[in-house]
Amino acid sequence: MTHDLDALKSALRSLPSPDPAAKSAAVALALENFDRLQGSTDLTRLSPDRPPQAGFLNGVRRMLTTLKTRPTLAATTSAAALLFGVFVVLPNLERPGPVTVTEIAPPARPTDDALATPAAPPAAPKTDEPALTDSTTAKRAAASDSAVMTDTAPAPMMPSQPLGSAAATRPFANAPRQAVADGTVRLIAPADRTFLPANPDTEAFANAPANPVIVTAEQPVSTFSVDVDTASYAVIRASLNAGQLPPRNAVRVEEMVNYFPYTYPAPTGDAPFATTVTVMPTPWNPDTNLVHIALQGQMPAITDRPPLNLVFLIDTSGSMGEPAKLPLLIQSLSLMLPQLRAQDRIAIVAYAGSAGEVLPPTAASDRNTILRALNSLASGGSTAGAEGLTLAYQIADGMAADGSVNRVILATDGDFNLGIADPDALKTFIATQADKGTYLSVLGFGRGNLDDATMQALAQNGNGTASYIDTLSEAQKVLVDQLTGALFPIANDVKVQVEWNPAQVAEYRLIGYETRALDRKDFNNDHVDAGEIGAGLQVTALYEVTAPGSPALLNDPLRYTTTPQTTDSPELGFLRLRYKAPGNTTSTLIETPVTPGQTPTDDARFAAAIAAFGQLLQHSPYLQDWNYDQAIALATQSKGPDPFGYRSEAITLMRLAQSLSR
Amino acid sequence: MLMETDDETLARAAASGDRSAFATLLHRHYDRIFGLACRLTGSRAEAQDLTQDICAALPAKLQGWRGQSRFTTWLYRVTVNATHDMRRRHATRARASAGWGDWELARQDEIAVQAAALDWLTAAMQRLSPELRDTVALVLGEDLTQAQAGEVLGVSEGTVAWRMSEVKKRLRAMADKEA
Repeated sequence: MTHDLDALKSALRSLPSPDPAAKSAAVALALENFDRLQGSTDLTRLSPDRPPQAGFLNGVRRMLTTLKTRPTLAATTSAAALLFGVFVVLPNLERPGPVTVTEIAPPARPTDDALATPAAPPAAPKTDEPALTDSTTAKRAAASDSAVMTDTAPAPMMPSQPLGSAAATRPFANAPRQAVADGTVRLIAPADRTFLPANPDTEAFANAPANPVIVTAEQPVSTFSVDVDTASYAVIRASLNAGQLPPRNAVRVEEMVNYFPYTYPAPTGDAPFATTVTVMPTPWNPDTNLVHIALQGQMPAITDRPPLNLVFLIDTSGSMGEPAKLPLLIQSLSLMLPQLRAQDRIAIVAYAGSAGEVLPPTAASDRNTILRALNSLASGGSTAGAEGLTLAYQIADGMAADGSVNRVILATDGDFNLGIADPDALKTFIATQADKGTYLSVLGFGRGNLDDATMQALAQNGNGTASYIDTLSEAQKVLVDQLTGALFPIANDVKVQVEWNPAQVAEYRLIGYETRALDRKDFNNDHVDAGEIGAGLQVTALYEVTAPGSPALLNDPLRYTTTPQTTDSPELGFLRLRYKAPGNTTSTLIETPVTPGQTPTDDARFAAAIAAFGQLLQHSPYLQDWNYDQAIALATQSKGPDPFGYRSEAITLMRLAQSLSR
Repeated sequence: MLMETDDETLARAAASGDRSAFATLLHRHYDRIFGLACRLTGSRAEAQDLTQDICAALPAKLQGWRGQSRFTTWLYRVTVNATHDMRRRHATRARASAGWGDWELARQDEIAVQAAALDWLTAAMQRLSPELRDTVALVLGEDLTQAQAGEVLGVSEGTVAWRMSEVKKRLRAMADKEA
């Protein structure tokens, strides 16, 4: 036994020595690259070798002008490398182990005046030369102890800084890595240790610690951005159906609540949405009240909707081969086709080992051609998304016409290497495209390496929604029943601000929206990005508020500060909403006082039951001794007509979670 | 004396633009990279190409070096990753070439016959999965401890130990078959 190893060892030791000529050639090449890298900051040097196909690279150039940091530069250069076809791709499937960030930044030089945008900061470098080797995945970079990511301090996951700023927050940085340890790996029998290193669960979820209870006297104003994503609910459902409680970080209460259609009062007149506020007793705490804020988006006349231009950017990497991924995606898109009209156009771009246009812009009525193109998609190869993403936006630009709605729809299992290892660079690129009118939505498929954090960030910056499709019925909901809402925004950058009246509300707590919190000053700043509301969609937000003197108060009054000025106003607070009509850059303000006395509707009570469900999954301390029994009872009472069966399904899931948590 | 400066100091200097530090590092470690590449690929020609690619890429990679691991560990990791990239490129090519008809089938057969004639080491290495091959190359070829190999490969020490016992098992099975 040892003998065999010794034989192998001595055989391995007797390998040939290097060729001195090859060695000196390699050293010379390396030194040359080293010098060029040092010289890259020399702004006065002109680039002698501008590629002739500069037009084709315009997309990349635009992207590069927005990138400033070195890791970003390194990352985007690998995009350039992809375009030149000289690249090495990291193994996708074999071993997700030790991946250092191995971007090769080729010498970056400023180009000559012809291409330099005057607006571009002088330090924005452009690269004209192919990188020599290598690219890596943003995801891997985030997941491994990579050089680039290790120094990123966890930052809050909220889009609280101006759009397009290079210093925008980094949603990826705080994507909790413990999800890896907490995920579906447990399904594997412990005896079968070999699978653990081979297939680690590389899911990453975006979340932040649950919002705390805030003392009104100290901080009377609460500001957040609306969130119409529903991915979290679908991920939770997939987990529960697989027999596991979802990782706590996968639970975003607002996305669970917003998953369900509600029949809130519709807007009248020109307003894109109507606001309804209901104050009701908190189901889980008799001494507090729940403030239910409901926004109902206007349903524009469907008959004269603008034509749609959709570019599907489909991940066909090897990992998409599972039945719940590419095949489900193809089925889902086939379901969607009948919803489209003759004047709508569709293009399909696949990205994997080689990105390419699978279907040139085609009228949606030409269903056979589209279906044929869809069915020709096969998974294989590695993920190399930079090319694909650039190409998709290029095609979308080409399809854009006056009044049309343009959208890139990224369908992936999360393992997408968009060629840009720095999440900021990717966000900025997508946000720039969104500003120009091409939005991005993300459809997530499959579990195992679903990168929820990245999906969220991409969709948020692309003014789109992130949905997670685990079954064909979810595809029906997202792509058929709610297609209009998902594709036609009626209000952009919708921000909500509530000022609480300290005379009526001593403490308050926003339930959910942790990843959407905004700074108070961001509310009036139209440059700060926020969520979008789609046609006919509803957005719900819940606050738990405690009146002064209530036994449920968690914070004692301070001794040395003066008591807050009390007013006689019976209002609990004042709700302000800001939104931008699509295409506008200035926002409109809507104001509504929060007053008590409404009768809670079934919708409001059901939303409360779902919020309780989410908090139970998060093990929230605020539910006291409330448990699944009461949440199920409340949901069952308030289920209402439930024409699509979504609410019944939620009750089933609550029962399942109850059993699993015992 | 520069030669006595440790790798980490040199790497930091090189990362901040010191050309001679970089040259020293390269001279010092070229053989090491080449040796590991040889052990990982089993082919001198491939190892030479791979080493050249790695050297060419090293200036940029080095800028990402944060000094959190030993320089040699980091270098091993870079080499292992570059090898993976190459393997996967080859796999993609092999897939792309599948289905070229009889001519390709005949050529593949010929390759298979040649492979059968290769020496014991190649046969032994080919019997192992890529993970096991990497592990063997680091533990036996480079004389790393199981903990160090684990650090390079990004797996736990226990995994390396398990892989080594798996290697022993495979080798024994191979010897039994030959006997």
